[in-house]
Amino acid sequence: MVSKVLNIFNRSKDNQSAPNDSIELATQRQLIWRRFKRHRLGFSASIVVALFYFVVLFADFLSTAPPVDYAAKRGYMPPQGIDFFKDGHFMSVCDVSGERNMDTFLMEFEADCDNSQPISFFAKGYEYKLWGLIKTDRHLLGMTDETKDPNAWIHLFGTDKQGRDVFSRTMHATRVSLTIGLVGVALSIIFGIFLGAISGYYGGLIDSLIQRFIEIIRSVPTIPLYMGLSSAFPDDWTINQVYFMITVIISLFAWTDLARVIRGRFLALKDEDFVTAARLNGAKTMRVIFVHMLPSFYSHIIAQASLSLPLMIVTETSLSFLGLGLRPPAVSYGVLLKDAQNVQSVANMPWLFIPAIAVIVVILALNFMGDGIRDAADPYQEV
Amino acid sequence: MLNFIARRIVFMFVALWAVTLISFFIINLPEGDYVTAYIAQLQATGSTVDAAEAANLRKFYGLDKPLYIQYGKWMNQIFLQQNLGFSFEYNQPVTNVISERLLLTIILAIFCVIFIWVIAIPFGIISAVKQYSIWDYLFTFLGFVGLAIPDFMIALIAMYLFFVWFDFSPGGLFSPEFVGVPWSWARVKDLIDHIWIPMVVLGTAGTASLMRITRANLLDELSKPYVITARAKGLSEWRLIMKYPVRLALNPAISLTAYILPYLISGSIIVGVVLSLPTVGPMLVRALVAQDMFLAGGIILLIGFMTVIGTFISDILLLIVDPRIRLGDS
Repeated sequence: MVSKVLNIFNRSKDNQSAPNDSIELATQRQLIWRRFKRHRLGFSASIVVALFYFVVLFADFLSTAPPVDYAAKRGYMPPQGIDFFKDGHFMSVCDVSGERNMDTFLMEFEADCDNSQPISFFAKGYEYKLWGLIKTDRHLLGMTDETKDPNAWIHLFGTDKQGRDVFSRTMHATRVSLTIGLVGVALSIIFGIFLGAISGYYGGLIDSLIQRFIEIIRSVPTIPLYMGLSSAFPDDWTINQVYFMITVIISLFAWTDLARVIRGRFLALKDEDFVTAARLNGAKTMRVIFVHMLPSFYSHIIAQASLSLPLMIVTETSLSFLGLGLRPPAVSYGVLLKDAQNVQSVANMPWLFIPAIAVIVVILALNFMGDGIRDAADPYQEV
Repeated sequence: MLNFIARRIVFMFVALWAVTLISFFIINLPEGDYVTAYIAQLQATGSTVDAAEAANLRKFYGLDKPLYIQYGKWMNQIFLQQNLGFSFEYNQPVTNVISERLLLTIILAIFCVIFIWVIAIPFGIISAVKQYSIWDYLFTFLGFVGLAIPDFMIALIAMYLFFVWFDFSPGGLFSPEFVGVPWSWARVKDLIDHIWIPMVVLGTAGTASLMRITRANLLDELSKPYVITARAKGLSEWRLIMKYPVRLALNPAISLTAYILPYLISGSIIVGVVLSLPTVGPMLVRALVAQDMFLAGGIILLIGFMTVIGTFISDILLLIVDPRIRLGDS
């Protein structure tokens, strides 16, 4: 223990940004935050995650076209580059005209770069409601000229078969897939805390029943169960109903990890003096659990939750990818990747694979961040 | 030891029972029942069924009875007659439709477990013994990536790379001439030629986690006094490591196999769809989309059974390998 304390002192000397005298006064939260900042991989990953959640908040603002707007004429258009400082405009794109090749029946596009179209930041585009509240038509990127040429489009990531803008669709998919993860994690935290707390606090028969129950859930492959449950959704359900039920189904099986962690913490803490003191003071069981014990391991819950977030995202993506999760016109990573299932089309249209890169990046970042938080949150573990 | 075995057997049966409940629940989940589907099928071919006939049919199949009686009948049918019901899509009993696919799924799972062991344990040992070396960092990094990227994504990327680099799409488990023919040595050889791609794709995540576990356990063991004693007595380094700490570090590796088996089976379903393997995965997806519920429920039941029994086997393996459990509280 002494060496641990000394160790902390040594570290704080290395770290110039933290004044030495503050280490004794720092709250638990500040200590965790400092450790987390030192965890370089975890910290940089959390910046990436923050960027993704920025996209979640401003998906419509970042989009250049409505995600469901289709135009057969523009099918499978390759990504367009943005030209800088050309013809006196800061940014511009080339005019693109497409023609159907009657041998292959594919559209062939030709860029007419003599005739470039200026684009600018905060331009007017399609109308949307920011967070469902504020009606606006401003977008990060758009045509400077509102009365635009019908041949002028911005497709940063190209278009899919129906001519829908892959960039805008990726933005919207990020919003859907990442919030499904958040809602699912919130639900499984509720399940996990409730069952983990009961299991760890009471112990005995209840504990072993809940533990066996968890073991059974963990010994059954979950994907077929998710598939079985989600295939029973009626066809006439709205996107929101399907969305909600998918999160419920995913969290139905995903709470077990969290429940185990929480149970372990409860078992370790239930004989501590402060718990006994609270009980002797006449606090009711629920009060002891939720007011006295639970706050002492919030950090563990956060760490575990941030590790189960990527799992949720992967599950949703897999289900939608198989056609058993969210269905078009909903847009999620899985729905987008369904288009990339056909290898031949991906080999010719590699930009359809861009959403996959987004998925891989966000999942890696969430995992690294979760590991960083876990390391930072556990004061008894060497970093 | 007997205590341990008895506990595991009881647990296995409870888990199997839970799997039957879940499968039965899923079969009954969609609106309508067997007779609705049957009538729909008859109507598709032009004949009609009136309400009285439908009621008779329901009575004949016991569908007018409460669910728990139906469940009892269903269980009875499965265990006494080995009859999983009838598939509408294939117009055959479910058992006929899935037997070969189930066998191939089991073979793929076994290959994957072997692959995971063969790759993960040596690499785990190397990264523990040569901690903080370039190999350690490389394996740790690869492990992280393998763990984080979902199986089907690896499958998609593999398909894409194979197609772009070698101009062929790696699908299926057999060459065209061996699809749907009886088993022969040539067919087995053909299977082994094809199985390695899905094996590597599916095994990556498991390999990554097993590698990390082996590394962590071995690092714990390597700093213990008995290792220093053995070294002081002049045992050569590799013999020392392989003989004592590795043996101890392997136990959690075995129990982890039980833990990754459900993930492996889950993964094999999605990977099976991407790589169009003749395993139960693509069939399950098709059955669910077509609401062919007896087929879907049968597949879920059997892969659930497979996983639970596989877990039990690995528990027993652990018992054989680890004397602390074998001789422990009996």
